[in-house]
Amino acid sequence: MSGPQTPMAHRGTKLMRTWPLLTPVVFLLLVWSIVPLLMTLWFSFQRYNLVDPTITGFAGFDNYKFLLEDPAMLAAIFNEVVLVGSVLAITIVFGVAFAILFDQEFWGRSIARLFVIAPFFVMPTVSALIWKNLLMNPVSGVFAWITTKLGFGAIDWFTNYPMAGIVIIVAWQWIPFATLILLTAMQSLDREQMEAARMDAARGPQLLRFVIMPHLARPISILLMIETIFLLAIFAEIFITTSGGPGDATTTLTYLIYLRALVNFDVGGASAGGVLAIILANIMAFFLVRTIARNVNI
Amino acid sequence: MKASLAFRIWISLLGWGAALAMFFPVAWMVLTSFKTEIDAVATPPLLFFHPTLQNYFQVNQLGDYAGAVWNSVVISFGSTAIAIALAMPAAYAMAFFPNRWTKDLLLWILSTKMMPAVGVLMPIYLICKSTGLLDTKTGLIAIMTLANLPIIIWMLYTFFKEIPGDIIEASRMDGAGALAQIRVVLLPLAGPGIASTGLLAVILSWNEAFWSLNLTAVHAAPLTAFIVAFSSPQGLFWAKLSAASTLAVAPILVFGWMTQRQLVRGLTFGAVK
Repeated sequence: MSGPQTPMAHRGTKLMRTWPLLTPVVFLLLVWSIVPLLMTLWFSFQRYNLVDPTITGFAGFDNYKFLLEDPAMLAAIFNEVVLVGSVLAITIVFGVAFAILFDQEFWGRSIARLFVIAPFFVMPTVSALIWKNLLMNPVSGVFAWITTKLGFGAIDWFTNYPMAGIVIIVAWQWIPFATLILLTAMQSLDREQMEAARMDAARGPQLLRFVIMPHLARPISILLMIETIFLLAIFAEIFITTSGGPGDATTTLTYLIYLRALVNFDVGGASAGGVLAIILANIMAFFLVRTIARNVNI
Repeated sequence: MKASLAFRIWISLLGWGAALAMFFPVAWMVLTSFKTEIDAVATPPLLFFHPTLQNYFQVNQLGDYAGAVWNSVVISFGSTAIAIALAMPAAYAMAFFPNRWTKDLLLWILSTKMMPAVGVLMPIYLICKSTGLLDTKTGLIAIMTLANLPIIIWMLYTFFKEIPGDIIEASRMDGAGALAQIRVVLLPLAGPGIASTGLLAVILSWNEAFWSLNLTAVHAAPLTAFIVAFSSPQGLFWAKLSAASTLAVAPILVFGWMTQRQLVRGLTFGAVK
């Protein structure tokens, strides 16, 4: 881009030189983050339906009013909180346990570790289909066979416990991620500190409470924020297993917006929901970006 | 190190128990892919059966499986290549020539990744519709490129940061221009880092399901969307579903295992190392 330069020119051109390298990326990300956002905001104040072109004009706050008065909306936010909250709790508990476990030396540890993290790399649609058809199917599924043997009878997960079914699938996908991150954090825990604590006759629970958990506090908080952002967007697993049902038992905010958008083609209503989702995600993003800004040495 | 043998046996059992429990669904999928459709829905579930390869030869039965594989390959590798080409100069500039705006710029880049896809579903759908990009590989490549760009820039930035600035300075003194510096100094030194960044980006786009389910139909559907066609409540195609899924997941599983350490760095934006 720039040819050989004299030493004299370095100072003055240092700023100039980096801009050509940064501009393409900045321009693209600016367009990508601003244009759709402004369009969503604009649509959310319009009467706009793709299947009924007679509905037109400025809607004011009607889309928002309709959205907030809709009982389905309240249910969707409740479902979203249940899904995200349950998965967070399960993945943190298993993540901490697995991180401590796989930090110990044992036979074939590196191979066992590969097995544990594998679910994270299975595409969401495949995960959902395997769990729904091969494991949780009430007739021929493996779980039905196990629960019948145990005397509980076959459980029809997606009819009777649809949210629990989805929570199990999503937690299975995200436990590996929690394990990987907390294991990385465990490995930076000072061995000498651990040994010293052991010398002081600290036993398992004390070691966990006074040495391991304080060390993992920061990685856990980062993990919580990153997972929340991804989990708020869970879509394929619901789409495949229950399509939001039965009734609206598993319709989350994300799924409700999808229904308004690409099933009812209600552009205005879907966009008002979209604005709500953006606000929720950005509350989380604010804290995440702030934490990363503090922790990363730039 | 000084752990007793009994402790070691217990830990080994626990560790392997956890590993096999987590891996069981994947293992069961692979097992089912070698069953006949009748064996696949047998009750009780069969652990021993006459294995068959017929499902792997019949993955095309419900549609153009090879086409879906091709779409996945083009979309994930295409978007990764474009995103890395775009991100390299920017990461290079920020890592070696930081100024007082660099930190804010990096954090802003990160914040663009926080936009929930569903929040902009309607505008993106309408833009694609009016520009004829619905159900095209071009449309998905553009979206995956932009969606993964922040993570790629951050990963490359953290890898470049580990290269001593003196080396770049020396090559600059020798009169090498920016592109020559990238080619001669950066590529050899940061090669492994760039490769693992690329692998992570391929994994993320290969497995992306929101945009691929909502923006594709017949022509551009990658594996994530195509595989849904095998879902039949009657269980007619579960062995074929398993075979198609095994093929779709296997390469990415290998990539994932290769890049597990860099994955932590990439997805936590360097905050956990």
